Amino acid sequence: MRLEIESLTMAYGGLKVVDNLSFTMPAGDIVGVIGPNGAGKSTMFSIVTGFLVADAGDVRFRGETVTALSPVARAKSGMVRTFQVPREFSHLTVRENLLAAAPSQSGERLLDLFFRPSRVSAEEALLAKRVDGLLEFLKLGKVAGTPAGRLSGGQKKLLELGRVLMTGAKLILLDEPFAGVNPVLIEEISQRILELNADGVGFLIIEHDLGALTRIVSTLHVMDRGCLIASGRPAEVLKDPVVREAYLGGPS
Amino acid sequence: MEAYIIAIAIITAIYVLLALGLNLQYGLTGLINFGHVGFFCVGAYTAALLSKHEVSPLLAFPVAALLTALAAWPLGVVSLRLREDYFAIVSLGFSEVVRLVATSERWLTNGVQGISGIPKLMDGLVPRAAEPVAVLTLLVAVNVGAILMMRRIANSPFGRVIEAIRDNEEAVKSLGKDPAGFKMKVLMLGAALAGVAGAFYAHYISFISPEQFVPLVTFQIWMAIIMGGVGRVSGALVGTLILMLFLEGSRFLHDIIPFIPDVEMASIRLGVVGLSIVLFTLYRPQGLMGDFRRR
Repeated sequence: MRLEIESLTMAYGGLKVVDNLSFTMPAGDIVGVIGPNGAGKSTMFSIVTGFLVADAGDVRFRGETVTALSPVARAKSGMVRTFQVPREFSHLTVRENLLAAAPSQSGERLLDLFFRPSRVSAEEALLAKRVDGLLEFLKLGKVAGTPAGRLSGGQKKLLELGRVLMTGAKLILLDEPFAGVNPVLIEEISQRILELNADGVGFLIIEHDLGALTRIVSTLHVMDRGCLIASGRPAEVLKDPVVREAYLGGPS
Repeated sequence: MEAYIIAIAIITAIYVLLALGLNLQYGLTGLINFGHVGFFCVGAYTAALLSKHEVSPLLAFPVAALLTALAAWPLGVVSLRLREDYFAIVSLGFSEVVRLVATSERWLTNGVQGISGIPKLMDGLVPRAAEPVAVLTLLVAVNVGAILMMRRIANSPFGRVIEAIRDNEEAVKSLGKDPAGFKMKVLMLGAALAGVAGAFYAHYISFISPEQFVPLVTFQIWMAIIMGGVGRVSGALVGTLILMLFLEGSRFLHDIIPFIPDVEMASIRLGVVGLSIVLFTLYRPQGLMGDFRRR
């Protein structure tokens, strides 16, 4: 699903956090966003998904302008994000966290709950199977019954990823999905991202683990102080002297 | 003594209905409803006025529930998109507005004089002497129904989403589910339960006036669910029992210390109730049945 960002600008007080930012992401691509802390990457995510309202600029998804849509409407249209600081449902179990993320369940409607109990339980049984598979993949099977608030930071990251995968979104925005996750699992998650991508799911990924990121993305955007300072194929972008200066700690 | 116990049991059962509704709203969903008594009031006046027009309780009770749910709707529309602490303020204001309307609109509610002579619920159906027991039996049946309904909700996909809203509303939005819609349903359902409680109350006390519907009632229900265990259906039940034990048990203080005049005794009673609740929450903050944090 094609995502177009056009001239996004947002300021907190006098500070421009996102400054006239534009880029287009072709449907079904995997695109990385890197940049120093405070570059405006997460703010850009929040604007794209509707959690923050930009001062100017437009966001188009599937060719339609979504700038005026609520976060809920944007998520429903197939664009789902994770958060940099995980927002798990801390008093629900890991399993319940994943179940809650599945879209349009009949058990979420009170009438169906009381008058079509068999349909509700049949759906629950199907969902349970999907969740089992996901739990196994994310290596969260052992903590399935644990309240999510008790997970480690890395496990919470995995849980958020799992929740997003449950939604069936067509464009997934991941905010530092590998932070605190062990290297073996990073490898497996990368594989899963590539598999889903082969099915047409697009990914926009903010990540500081450049090694892992560059292995899966086709395009890399570099942000600094709210602006896009470089875009292109990962190998070329990382050689760019401007990028090295801003992000990688000076020329090598 | 037996009559006294039945009377207390009836009031307790009415309070349990209120507590179940508030537990759904606050315990499961995180809605800080400080105006629960407003719904109680709407239900009581609806049932009382309908009975004055000789409408059968069989019809009046559902109407009371429905009208109360409808009364909650505009409250939800104006305030459910606010942050939870603002909702608390608006809901408190709502219940005070309801009380002021009951006080001022004399043509409808007879103002401060209230409505008296509300017929007993089972008048003519059972012998006078058996009336309280019959009402209590009905109330217990309604409570069982309400508890089963709450359990069904709490353990369902719907329950999952409202508890997720309590934990992190933004994350619920990020998954494409609109918290406002769920919160509205919860608000209206809890209000409907309070409306039914109000209808029972009006018929049982047979006299209602605005001064019975002060915010203190709301906060007593809050005490009940906090002591019982927030977010637990069983907590609403047990908490109400403890609250009643404190409220009614303190009446007997007079027997222990007889030399204090009645007026001062009333203040001391409230003090004792308050102190018990403070101690209770200090030493058992999760409530008697454990709350949602200790699953």
